[in-house]
Formats: sequence, C-alpha cells, structure tokens
Amino acid sequence: MIQTPLMAWIEGIGFIAPGLNDWPATCAVLRGEAAYVAAPSLLPAPSILPAAERRRASRIVKLTLAIGLEAAVHAAADVSQLATVFTASGADGHNCHALCEQLATDDRLISPTRFHNSVHNAAAGYWGIATKSMAPCQVLCAYDASFGAGLFDALGQVVVDTQPTLLIAYDSEYPEPLHSKRDTPDCAGVALLLTPQMTAHSLAQLTLRSTAEKAQKMADPDLENLRTAIPALRVLPLLQMLAKGESGTVCLDYLAPMQLSIDLKLC
Amino acid sequence: MTPLLLSSYTATTCLGSGLEATLAGLRDNRSGLKPCVFETVTLDTWIGEVVAVDAQKLPKNLIRFDCRNNRLVQLGLEADGFAERVREAIARYGKSRVGVFLGTSTAGILQTELAYRRCDPVTGALPEDFIYRSTHNSFSLAEFAREYFGLEGPAMAVSTACSSSAKVFAAAARQLACGTIDAAIVGGVDTLCLTTLYGFASLQLTSPEPCRPYDMARNGISVGEGAAFALLERVPAQPSSGSVLLLGVGESSDAYHMSSPHPEGLGARLAMEAALRSAGLPASAIDYINLHGTATPANDAAEGKAVVALFGDQVPCSSTKGATGHTLGAAGAVEAVICALAMTNDLLPGSPHTKTRDPAIPLNYQLISRSGKVRHALSNSFGFGGSNCSLVLGVTP
Repeated sequence: MIQTPLMAWIEGIGFIAPGLNDWPATCAVLRGEAAYVAAPSLLPAPSILPAAERRRASRIVKLTLAIGLEAAVHAAADVSQLATVFTASGADGHNCHALCEQLATDDRLISPTRFHNSVHNAAAGYWGIATKSMAPCQVLCAYDASFGAGLFDALGQVVVDTQPTLLIAYDSEYPEPLHSKRDTPDCAGVALLLTPQMTAHSLAQLTLRSTAEKAQKMADPDLENLRTAIPALRVLPLLQMLAKGESGTVCLDYLAPMQLSIDLKLC
Repeated sequence: MTPLLLSSYTATTCLGSGLEATLAGLRDNRSGLKPCVFETVTLDTWIGEVVAVDAQKLPKNLIRFDCRNNRLVQLGLEADGFAERVREAIARYGKSRVGVFLGTSTAGILQTELAYRRCDPVTGALPEDFIYRSTHNSFSLAEFAREYFGLEGPAMAVSTACSSSAKVFAAAARQLACGTIDAAIVGGVDTLCLTTLYGFASLQLTSPEPCRPYDMARNGISVGEGAAFALLERVPAQPSSGSVLLLGVGESSDAYHMSSPHPEGLGARLAMEAALRSAGLPASAIDYINLHGTATPANDAAEGKAVVALFGDQVPCSSTKGATGHTLGAAGAVEAVICALAMTNDLLPGSPHTKTRDPAIPLNYQLISRSGKVRHALSNSFGFGGSNCSLVLGVTP
C-alpha cells in the first residue's frame, strides 16, 4: 500500500489559553521574549454576531469564533467558503451541568435552547450561522487525544479533498460536581488554517506521521502544565517551533501507543 | 472517491439484533416502536427500545466502560459475527492498521443523569463509582471498541448530532485513501436517555403516537436507540457478486439555525449533490433513497423539497424511522445498513405507520415494502447545528 503523505501548509494560526490572549502574545511567550503570567482565559465578544446573539454567546462559542477568525484573518481567507474540523474533548460543560442538574429533579421541563446547545457540535453550528459557511463541517472527540484526531481528519480533507480546511481544537471547563471528575481548568484552543498548496500567506509546511515515541514536553513548567491540563494544548511544542521560526521534527501526544511525529518546514 | 468495500456490516435496533431480524422486520412492514416505558420518564410518546441491552456483561478488564451505551456497543458488535470479521481483519493488517470511527450524539450521558440523583447531600459530589471518561465522554464508545479489539491505531468519535454515523464514513474514507490505515470499523451507537427524550419534548418535536414520516398528519419523532457497524476495506480486484460498496459521501452545513432545517432544504441538497459528485453518478442512477424523514412537519418538508429538486418525483424513497424510531447518532449507520439490505435483497423498504402521503411533497414515497431492484442507494442524515451528510452505496452485480 502506497501511503500518501498527510501534508499541508499552515496559513494562519489562532490561539487563546489562560494568560495567552492571542497568537502574537503567545508567540512572544513561546520565544521567551515575554514572561508567562497566569490569568483566566480572556474570551472576546464575537463582533461577527449580531448584538443580541453576541450577548447570549456561550464561552465555547466566543472561544471558537475568536480563534477561528484569528487564523482566517491571518491567511486573508473567506470564512464563508472554508471547510472546518472542530475537535473537542467535551462540549459546553456549564450547559451539560445545568441539564443534568434539572433532569435529576421532579421538574424535567428543560429549556429547548439548553437542549440544542447540549450537542457536541453546538460551537460548530454557531460558527456556520455566524460565518454563513455551508461547507463541510466535521466535529470530533477523542478525549485527551482530540487534537490529534482533529489533525488527522483535517489533513485528510486537505490531501484527499484538496480543499483548505480550518482545524479548530478547543476545550472548556466543567463546573462542580463534574469538575472533580474532569478537571479541565479553563477554556483554551488553537486554530490552524491548513491548505493543499503553498501561497503567499504560507507560514510552514507540515507533514504528519505516526510514531511510538514520547511526546516532547515544554521546558517552561507553566506551559508544560497547560499542555497536559488542556487536551487541545498538546499542540504547544509544535507552536513553539512555529513561534521560534525553527524547522524540524516534533512529537505530539495522540492516543497511546500511537503518537504524532510532525515534520515542520518553515517557508 | 475511490469506492470502498463494506466487507461486513450489522445493525441492532428495536426491530431486532442483527441483519436477519432487521430484514424480516422491513419485509413485514413491522414497527418496533412501543409506548414510552423507560427509566422514570413520564412523557406521552413512543420509543424504539432495544431489548436486553442491560443483560450485556462487559469483559472484566473493560468494566470501567460499563453503561447502557457501551452495553449496546457490545451487543451490536457481537451480532452477525461482525466482531469475528474485525478480528480477522486485525490479523490480516495488524492492530495499528485498523482504525475506529464511531458516531454518537449523547454516548453514555444516561450514566451522568443517574449519577446526579446520587450526589452527596452534604458536599454535592458525584458518587465514587461514576467514571466520566469511559461512560459520559463522547469518545467513550470509540475507546471501548478500540480496547475491545486491542487496537493501537487511530480512533475518533464523530459527534454532529443526528448525522454523526453517516459522517464517520467520510472520515474513515479519507484515512483509507491516504493509507494511514487498511481497514476501518465505522458505525454509530446511541441509547435512550433523559436528555434526548425530555429535550425533543421541550422542542415539541416528540409525537404522542408512533412517528409517521412524510404523512400528511405527521406530528413528530419517536426517539429510538441503535447500534450499527460496517468494516470498510479497499475493494479487491475481483469483488464477489453482491458485495456492498461505499461509492460516495457528501457533507454540508445549513448555516441557518441550531435546531430547525433550512426551509428550502438547501444544505440537504448540497450534501446530496456532493455525494453524487463523489460517486461520479448522475441523480438518475439512484434506485432508492433512504430519507432522513424524522416525521417532524418542518424536517420532512425541507428534505422533500431538496429531494424533488434533485431527483424529481419518480425515485422510490422512504424513511424507515417508523420501523426503528429515530436512532439519532446511530441513524446514519443504521440506515446505511438498511440500504445494504435493500440492495442485496431486492427490497424497497416501506414506512410503517405512514398512512397518507403528504400531497405537498410529490415524491414516490413507499408506504409498503415491496420487491424491486436497487443497484445504487442514497441515504440522508441531517442533524442539529445544520450538519448534513449523504451516502451513496452500490452493489456489485
């Protein structure tokens, strides 16, 4: 069997994590030019939504719109035409808690809005409505391996369907009592716009292979803590290479014993 | 796309466990729907419940996965010798060369719903025995299947509400095309739970009667549960006669509303067009359409408009949800298997409970199952969030 390399060009990056408000700020920290300062994730109000919708937007909707649009703007891409792959270890934790709490009482007449917001693809649905994109939209979950699962499918779309694809990997927190069972600390995510051809906006060429090696850790203990605490941030060692402008090979966590070996060639 | 072989497939719904029971149910125009008697639910609606799900005992080393959803995964995998075919594929290709791609909308959320009733009255903590990762999490069914077979390759859950287990075919096909894997376990599993029963009721989308897809007087869905799987492999040079092939997949988004379809069925039409394009077939090549047909007034009207616009009013079509109920995240895989049965048994499935076709939707809608040649079938699956997926399946002569 001849293997077709899972290869794409990275054209745009969006990023939000605790203490890291966007990709330029994250770049400075990853390069060691600015110190990491812990702070709750800052989720901007989505300007793309009408005022009423903006007020109602949940944390995961704000997160995914912010990082997705940051990556698209970077690449000057038309979001209304972009295929997307959303991947998350869980859906809206607060909404899930509210539903389970009410369903445990005698009053089970839950809110219809809470119900349609409970689907794992809620953020993806709002992305479609906000961007008016009717393009294919995949929504995945692989628990702690969700970033790797998303990267596999996004690269599959770039290579097989030869279409630019926006990967949006994100996670959010559960309130108690679920938080004690799944302790993701905050909202965070990364968006990568991946394209089949090199263009003027291309930042680097990425090629994915599977490996059994151990994933690279972050030298900075705060950043290493983020990498392990939030599944989408398993991407951090790759982003550090991009931030530093280094070509090379990096190993990221996926699904034991299968790991991701990524060759990165800067443009 | 390059066609793929469904080298083995199986379905378990309220019609029964396995292909034989499913085929007999379809041939006899039988419905597996019953008035809702589930857990402590007090809703005036009908459900499609799989019998004896809770009689399933998971292997001791996988007991952390124990919940209704994973019991149905096991029941479904063990039907029709499917698990044995998977083990043979693993022996052929190796345990890192067989991927797992499973769809679900709610996975084992029932386990969490039940656990919330047992929260510590003082601290509010969930009970010790509740395990989030292997029951509640959307990935739990895929992780269970991966460990059930001792696999070490890629795995992912697709969770796009009611299109989930149609979209798994697309995800698996891409990795097979790239050569990441040599075979894929695709499928979908969803089980009855309070979230979906009370949730669809809150949207006034559950029917107080058995659902009647495409009926003039349709008034809502019957929530069901199900497990369906297929083993996808590359097509051998000389496939045996009667082999079922995946020929095309089309995906689209409505970009319209979280829980209502685009009124003109625009997203649905884009998905069907993309599936035909992917298969390299004209609309006229399709002999049977398994409609999404949930039996809500808006869904069937929108889908009907899209199908008429693309296929005209001659192609035999039906929704089989009057037989199985709406199995939500399992619907795509269940109905792909029903298409496989239609093609391999010269069967045009009917639509139990549907009495009077809606005159506003001019389709060749099949009320009663009858025999007919099906060389190519198209299956539609649409979900909340405006997620659409259509599959084109074929059979070798």
